[in-house]
This record gives sequence, C-alpha cells and structure tokens, in this order.
Amino acid sequence: MGNLVAGVDVGGTFTDLVILNPDTGAVRLAKVPTSLPNQAPGVLNAFDTAGADLADLALIVHGTTTTTNAVLERALCKTGLITTLGFRDVLELGRRTRPHPYGMTGTFTPVIPRDLRLEIPERMDAQGRVLTPLDETALRAAIASLLDKGCESLCIHFLHAYANPAHEIRAAEIARELWPNPYITCGHHLLSESREFERGVTAAVNAAVQPLLERYVSRLAGELRRRGYPRDLLVMNGNGGMVEASKVSREAVKTVMSGPASGVMAALATGRRAGFPNLLTYDMGGTSTDVAMIRNGRAPVSNEIEVEYAMPIHVPMVDVRTVGAGGGSIARVDAGGMLRVGPESAGSTPGPICYGRGGTRVTISDANLILGRLPPDRFGQAAEDARRALQDQIAAPLGLSVEAAAEAVIRIANTHMAGAIRMVSISLGADPRDFALFAFGGAGPLHATALARELAIPRVLIPARPGITNALGCVVADLRHDFVRTINRPLDSADMDAVHAILAAQEQEGRRLIAAERIALTGVTAEFSADMQFVGQTHLLRIPLPSATPTRAELQERFEAAYHARFRVSLPSIRANLVNLNCSVIGHRPETDLSRLIDPAHRRAIAEPTGHRTVWFGTPHETPVYWRDHLPLSATIHGPAIIEQMDTTTLIDPGCTVTLDAEANLIVSVPQ
Amino acid sequence: MIDPVTLAVIQAGLQQVCDEMDLTFSRAAFSPVIAEADDRSDGIYSATDGSLIAQGSRGLPVFVGTMQFSTRHLVERIASGETLPPEPGDIYIVNDPYLGGTHLMDVRFAMPFWRNGEIFCWLSNTGHWPDTGGAVPGGFSASAISAEQEGLRLPPVKLFKRGQMDAEIYQIICSNIRVSEQRIGDVQAQASALLVGADRLTQLLDRYGDATVSEAIAHMRALAARQMRANLALIPEGRYHATATVDSDGVINEPLTIALSVTRAAESLTFDFAGSSPPCMGPMNSVRATTLSSVYLAMRHIFPDVPISAGAFEPLVITGIEGTFLDAHYPRPVSGCAAEVSQRIAEAVFAALVQALPDRVTAAPAGTSGNFGLGGHDPEKGRDYVMYQISGGGYGGNLHHDGLSNGCSTIGISKAPPVEIMEQSFPVLYRRYALHEGSGGAGQHRGGFGLDYEIELLRGSARASFVMDHGRTGPQGAQGGQDGAVNRVEVIRNGETLIPEHLSKAQDIPLSPGDRVRVRTPGGGGYGNPADRDPALVAEDIRLGRYDPATARRLWPGKA
Repeated sequence: MGNLVAGVDVGGTFTDLVILNPDTGAVRLAKVPTSLPNQAPGVLNAFDTAGADLADLALIVHGTTTTTNAVLERALCKTGLITTLGFRDVLELGRRTRPHPYGMTGTFTPVIPRDLRLEIPERMDAQGRVLTPLDETALRAAIASLLDKGCESLCIHFLHAYANPAHEIRAAEIARELWPNPYITCGHHLLSESREFERGVTAAVNAAVQPLLERYVSRLAGELRRRGYPRDLLVMNGNGGMVEASKVSREAVKTVMSGPASGVMAALATGRRAGFPNLLTYDMGGTSTDVAMIRNGRAPVSNEIEVEYAMPIHVPMVDVRTVGAGGGSIARVDAGGMLRVGPESAGSTPGPICYGRGGTRVTISDANLILGRLPPDRFGQAAEDARRALQDQIAAPLGLSVEAAAEAVIRIANTHMAGAIRMVSISLGADPRDFALFAFGGAGPLHATALARELAIPRVLIPARPGITNALGCVVADLRHDFVRTINRPLDSADMDAVHAILAAQEQEGRRLIAAERIALTGVTAEFSADMQFVGQTHLLRIPLPSATPTRAELQERFEAAYHARFRVSLPSIRANLVNLNCSVIGHRPETDLSRLIDPAHRRAIAEPTGHRTVWFGTPHETPVYWRDHLPLSATIHGPAIIEQMDTTTLIDPGCTVTLDAEANLIVSVPQ
Repeated sequence: MIDPVTLAVIQAGLQQVCDEMDLTFSRAAFSPVIAEADDRSDGIYSATDGSLIAQGSRGLPVFVGTMQFSTRHLVERIASGETLPPEPGDIYIVNDPYLGGTHLMDVRFAMPFWRNGEIFCWLSNTGHWPDTGGAVPGGFSASAISAEQEGLRLPPVKLFKRGQMDAEIYQIICSNIRVSEQRIGDVQAQASALLVGADRLTQLLDRYGDATVSEAIAHMRALAARQMRANLALIPEGRYHATATVDSDGVINEPLTIALSVTRAAESLTFDFAGSSPPCMGPMNSVRATTLSSVYLAMRHIFPDVPISAGAFEPLVITGIEGTFLDAHYPRPVSGCAAEVSQRIAEAVFAALVQALPDRVTAAPAGTSGNFGLGGHDPEKGRDYVMYQISGGGYGGNLHHDGLSNGCSTIGISKAPPVEIMEQSFPVLYRRYALHEGSGGAGQHRGGFGLDYEIELLRGSARASFVMDHGRTGPQGAQGGQDGAVNRVEVIRNGETLIPEHLSKAQDIPLSPGDRVRVRTPGGGGYGNPADRDPALVAEDIRLGRYDPATARRLWPGKA
C-alpha cells in the first residue's frame, strides 16, 4: 500500500482532484467536468485523468454536493413525518417571513409535503413533563400509512423533545420494528435545542437526503474498492472535519455546505504555514461569492445557518456567508440612469457573453475581458460581441467610452463585494483591516487587490492553486466533532459542577469517536466555548474558554470583555446568561507539505514576462504578463502585472508589490 | 459634474453606513422586538430639511419615510427656538406621534453629524420599545380614547448631552414605563448604532471629500426621482379607484373607510384620499407621517428597485387626508396606525394599482399584524407576565403564482416566535399551530393560507386583548379573484364560545385556567378568474387537505 493522500471535490461545474505525497510533497492534479446526477463517474474520471493507481493511495477524502443539490433542487427522497397532534404544518408555516423585505411575492416548498405529515397524540410541556402519553397504536397506524404511501425515509419530530426525548426515543424503537430500512431520524438527535421549526427542518432534511447520500457514497466506495483502493473513503462535513463514508449518512445533513467548508480548511492550512493566522477568505465563482473569517488560526463554526429562504440547518457548520455576486452578475443602467451590477446573474448558462454560449447581457466577466484582465485569445469572436454589448447597454446610456464603462462595472461590483465582506466581518465582531485577504475560486484573484484597497486590507494571499482550493481542503482537513449543549440559565445561578461535567463529557465523546476512526494523527485537542448574552437578549456572543473547568468569575469577566469589544458598551446592572456550552474535538493530521503544488522544476532563474498586453486601470497601462509556474521564489513584481496560470488569472494593481513565499504563495502588499 | 462611477460608489457607501447601523442596533438590543423582529430602522437625513438621503435596506418597511418627517420637525423646532440647538455629542430622543411619528412605542433618536463645526447631515433611528407606559402593557390599548391613555409622550429633548446621557431625563422616562430595568441596554444599543454610523460616514467623507459626497447626494435624489418617474410611466394614464375598510376603531363598532383614487398624470402619481372616514374615537387613527409612509412602502413593494430616498417620493403626491382619520391630531389615540391602518392604506394602493399593473401587483395580502396580548400572573413562577403572539397570514395570488402562506405583515419583516419559546416563557399550551384550511381566496392563482392556532391558559388568571383586522371583510381579490377568508377570533370560556363584539379587536377579556383562545388569520385574496385555474392544481389542494372537497367544488365549480 502506498502513502498518497487524495482530495476530491465535486462542484457544480468541475470535479477537482489533488493527490499529494506527504513525504516528498509531490503533487498530481486533475480537473474534469462534474457528472450529474450521479457524481461518481466524474470522480473516477478524475482519478483516471490524473493517472493514479488507486492501490497507491492511503487515503481518499471526498467533498460532495450531493446533499446540497438535493436540498436546493428539492430532489429529495420520499420522506414521511410523524409529529405531535396539532403541529404537522410547522414545516410549512415557518416563522412567518417572506423571501425579500420588499415585494409581496415568492413561493416556498416544504421539505415534506402535507399528505406525508401525520399527527399522533402525545405531548410534553416545556419542562419535559408528559401531558399526553405517546399513543403507540396511533403511531403504528401512522407508520403503516407512510409505508403504504411509499415513503423511504422517516422523520419523528415531537414538540419539546429537546427537554425530554423519551417519546421520540420510544417512537423510534417501535419504528425500527416496522420500517424496512435504517432511515429513521429523530428531531432531538441532531439538535437538542428549542425552536420547533428549525429543529424540525434540520431533522426533515437529514431524513430526506440520508438515502441519497448513503447510495452515492456506498456506490462510490464500492467502485473505488473494485479498482484497488483498500481503505475507507472519508467524506467532508460542513464543520470542516471529515468522517468515514460508512458513518456519514447517519447525520447526512451535516454534509450540506461541505464544499465551502473545505475551501476554508485549505485557507486555514495555507495561512498557518505561511504565517497568516488571521484571514478573510474570498471565494468568487460564476454566480456567487463565499466569504468566511479565520481568526487566530481558527474558523468560526455556527449552528444557525440558513441555506436558502426558510431553510435553516442548525448543525455546526463553518460560518461561510454567501453573497450573490459572481463573474456572471449582470450589469445594467436602470430607468433612472444609474449603473447597477447584480443581483441578477447570467449564471453558468447562458453565462457571460464572452463565453459564447448565448449570453446577451453584460456581466462582470465581460467587463474584465474588455479591460484586458482576462487572456483575450481564449475568447475569440465572443470577445467582440461582449464589446458591442458593453457599448450599447452601458457605455452609450452613460456617455462613456467602452473601457470607462467596463471599469465602472468592475468598480461597482467591487464596492458591493467589499461591502459584503465588511458586513460579514462586522457581524462577527471584527475589523477587516486586521486581516489578510485569502483569494481563491476562478475569479477571486482577479478582484482581490482592488477589494483589499477598498477595505484597507494591507495584504492579499493568493495560494498556489486558487482554482482547486476545495479539493486541497479535503487533503489537509482534520478530523473534527462538534458538540453543543443548551443550558440557558443566568450565570450566577448556573451549577458550575454541572458545567464542568458537560464539557468533560463532550470532550470524552469526541475523543472516543476520533479514536474509532483509524486515521494517522499527530494529536487530539479539544476547544471549549460558551455562547452568552445579557439576560433578556436574544443574540449570542461566543466566548472562547481556556479549559473545560472555567470558574464563574472567569466566564463573567470574559463575557464582559468580549461584549465591550464588540459594542463599546458596559452593562454592569444586567446579569449575564449562559446559553450554550460547546466543545470541538479535533484530531490533527500530520502537516502537509504544500511546497510542490506548483512544480519547482518549471521555475526559472528570474521572473520574465511571457508578453505584454494593454490593461485598463483608469488609463491604459502596458502590462507585463507572467506565467505563474515560471516565477522563482525570489521574484518581486511591481504592479501593474498579470499573473496567469492553468486555473486562474491574478491581477496586480499599479502600486502593489508581489513576492513569493517558500510554498510559492503570492503575497501582495497593498499600499494604503 | 460628478462621474457616474463615483456616484454609484458613494451611493453604495451610504447604503452600507445605514446597513451597518441596522446591524449594530439589532445585535446589541435587548428587546426581542428589535433584536429578533428587526422592528427598527436607521438612516441618514438632510441637514437643511431632514429629507431622506439613505436608509438601511433591512429596516422595518413602515419606517420608510417617517424619520424624514420627524427630523424635519426637529430641524424646524431648533430653528424656531422651541427645541434647544445641538452641540457636538448631543442625541435627541422623541416619540411624539404628531411630530412625524407612528405610535408612541416607536422611539426615535436623532444625532447631528458634524463636519468642520457645521452639521453635515443627521443620523437617526427608530426602535420599537416594548413599553412606553399607558393603560395597557405594550401600548396597544384597543379602547383608548386619548393620547394620554397610550403612554408617555416625549417632545424632542437631548437624552445625550456632549456625549453623556442625561440621568435626570432617563429617570423620568424609567419612572413612567414598565420593565424599565432592561431599557438601559436598548438605549445604549440605539445610541451605539448612531455612533458606529458616524464613524463609517466620517471614513467615507475623508475618502471622497465633503463636496463630492454632497454633490453625489443631490444627484442621487434626482436620479431616484427619475427612476420612480420612469416606473410610473408603466402605468397607463387615468384614474384608478379602490377602497379598503378597517373593521372598527375599537370603541365604536362601525367600519372605517379608506377611499382612494389614484391618478396618473405626466410626471406624477396622485393618491387622493378624500372621502375617507373622519377621525375616530378609538386608536385606529393614523398620523400624517405614517399615512405617507404607508403609501411609500406600498409603492416600494411594487417597485423594489427604486432606492429608498426622498427623490423616490417626489413624484408621489398625496392629497385629501386633511379632516380624515388618516391625518389625526392631538389628542386622538393612534396606537393602531403603524400596525393596522398602515396595512389597509397599502391594501388600497395595491387594489387600485393592480388594475393598472396586473403583472406587478398582487391581490391583497392578509394585512394584519395579528396582535394578541395576554397579561396575567403565573403562580408557578410567582410573577406577572405580558405575552404577545403576533402572526402572519396568506399573501395575495398574483399573475405568476399562488400567494405565499403565513407571510409576515405588509409593513413588517419580523419572524414570529416559536411555540416552544412561548410555552417556556408563559403559562400557556398551544393546542394547534396549523394552516388555516380553506382560507386562500379563490382565483386562477389562489391566495396563500393564514394561520390557525389555539392557546389554552394553564394556570393563574389572565386577560386577553386583541388588535387585529380583516374580521369583517377578507383581503380583496383582484382581476376576478375572490376575497381571502376573514380573521376569526374565538374565546372559549367554561366551554362557551365568545366572539368579540368588534370581531378583531377587544380588550381585557378575563380568562381562567382551561379557557382557550382560537385565532384564524386571514387568507390572501385570489388573483384572476377561478374558472381559469388548472384543475390539476385544484385536485392537488384537495389531496393535501388545504380545502375540503365541498369547499373546493363551491369555489371552483366544475374543476373539482
């Protein structure tokens, strides 16, 4: 058996593969089209393309969008719900909202349709006392009825089960006698917190994607085994950790958002090795941009992510925020004569005009092309169409030249994206100026230096392989288990012995799960935090804890300090409330040598441009174009410059300076 | 002449300043009405006349436009000497409804933003306080007949002087409101939002220069007006009539009528409310600022693209409100204006303009905040409590699809509280929280469904109050669609069902343990002729139990 580690990430358009030799750092890469709806042939194709012998692999880590797509497209398994009498419509009623603040339209499709949501007599009160015992006869009848209707998966969700899960546990016991497969999800199992809609949706989504994920992963694992891969397949979770394929579908909902999480894990590892513990990650793709914050070498995990309108998934996931701006965002002049960019997008079909796939409306990518920022030879005739459209749709109504119009489009797009990044960092209580910008995705490196300037961020880090960052994240990710336990008591009346016991039990359970996973580790650590607020508030502040045995005074002090840092307010007259206790147990994998992601053999002695082209930065600049693989580590390049590589184009604005670090990351200094 | 790019960049920058103020306010607030329900708004206003420059995109819709009126009143009062002139670090507080406000609970802060010793603009925000005194906790007294019964009324006074809070004014406020011990947190949050806004605005001005930003602001106003006019051009010239009715004023059980005729002329759209009912005895009066704001927010629902700016309102002319209940003066009670009357005004606007813009405007949404208040004593916890259940209703069908079910009020964006949280906090048990079956108005595209909930009092005694609407008539259908179901309130005491005299409004109905309250909120109006509905959709609604077969056959003859 070999020792190679493979990370494979399936995105909407491409399946990316990185195979890394941890001893030598040697790398093989592949980028192939994603196969749909079954992603497995695309994954196998990637291995073939990279010329990999599966028998040489020690580990394959997989990031998949199987569950993400199923949720967003509602291509879900037929799932039945059994719930408390009077409450079957909770999943459809939501929290009484609408999709947008303005506009009285919109539609919503619940995860489980109304005829498959059945009610039975049972009831707990808010303290977990039984008001109505579980009606087992009605339960059995409901189960039979759902099977009759052809349900494959079952969700059991009772009111106040977080306070007392006895009815859900008993109902699941009975269901297991009758249900022909193991696809049974209980509401309290994934999330032991009050809020019936959020807990119910989380459980219903888990039930509805479980069979899909199970089938996909087992088929892929079987295929890999058949081709000689002897080990377990590991799958990325949305918390940035990975789990064995054989166990992943039990909590399948945790894989929703695993793609963005692996990107953040790659940023974390790259930043750690490059000496950047504080990063804002900026992943700009065709239709959207993902932003996350890494502080002190850690990525914040949130339990309250809404993946789309009225679709809350409350399990621990890396806190990645999605902004509706990408290369395909459409620019237009509105009825008032104001230039606007987005939120409408040409998406990947028809896509930007310059892709030549039938797009007719000017996008960010078209503007980049006209400004000379993208390699013109890749676009041919469509480049002319883009120029004409920019002239007609933007330049003429505004009375600008085509180049000035294109620049205006980019500036406005950058202003919006910078605003979104600023809002993300501020909502997490941080100032963007204290971070470096980690830019990846197909379009991230093209906009990063301009955004950094807009945000007064002094440095930008462009990793060696911006276009395959998510796959790299699979290679470098650790094992990770997150635990949340709701206390919700004023701190001064909390039982501190119980607090310590909960944190200790969380740590113990995490260590047990990690020990069972048979993966080579350099160590296992646990991190603790508390979610706190002032009594009477609803929003929470997460307070990191130095140990599993904090004193009451320590909690009070840390909370007050964090609150003052965030809101510039001290409220000595109001009591602190301890809401959640959290523990993350992390199994650290050996450090990965990333120095050969760009093959050093291609490096030249000095940095020499492969050519020049005219790029607009207010005025036309004759700009050198470099091939990234040729750059020596000693290179220093002053902007304006363009650095091209297989998977992306990096734009260096005038006034900025680029150097390379030992792992060939580009470090851009942005003057303020 | 400012270039179009700098203009757009400054516009986005000003918008972000406001969005950041909104975020700071919600995150730091204590009151769940602000922190969870976002019942607040932040904006930037002109130094000379208070007109709206920019406002946060996640602010509560009913505040669109109101703060420009309160800021204008403040500017005028300072000029006339009625209010003390500002010094750096001062923040004014005001909640007087008759000075450009809504109801007393909406408390506005206003802070001048200084540049080089001059006021460059005003930063202002509004937050809904959980209580400002008055006859009933929370301020929604359904039977108040004067402003004094509704709570403490503050003219503009300086709560912060040179950066320090005036402890004397604060103590006067606290002595007149309920649950005052937590208000300090909300006051700090509200002030903190303005200070954060000032920091960010300073950065923007330092970067682009005061003159350039001022020029951009003037242009933004002109462009927003131009954009609104371009949208108005989509409306065929002519007059469009509509009426909407409020069930009653809460005191005299007679409907109040909003009569609206909308006239499209070359450059403007005139909303004439002449013929509407005169000022009423009970709290269903509106004040001028709220009436205007209701028209603005309805227009923004129709044209969501137009930025929130004084320019966008310029082409909208509102007439005929003098002498009606839509322009009430002191001491008329007004607690129902922001939550209920505003939504009837919006409904009238929708009903008039759906005739002209059938592809953009929906049939009427449920249009009530569904406020059910329960106050009492919980013997198990040994304390008094005040509970509020707000609820959504069905949205109107539209040209493209059926209406959304259980949407929030037209004038709000807030989430309803979870049943589990309500049962943790109050001695009540929900027997049902379900779709209001059969409530969507029939049409080619039917209305969305309302909510059907039933609450039982578990222990102690309590009193129930209701401020809702659409109990007498349902939300209007459009283009041949039928009205949605009416709002229904039933109080079940000792096994007997009581229907409030005013249907949707009542105050202080006593309850004992075991008594229940059942509320069914309105469904949305239907859109288009029911005869044009796809029979497969009718069958699907029956299969899912949204309508019983008999009702479906009655509403869609020959289709089911």
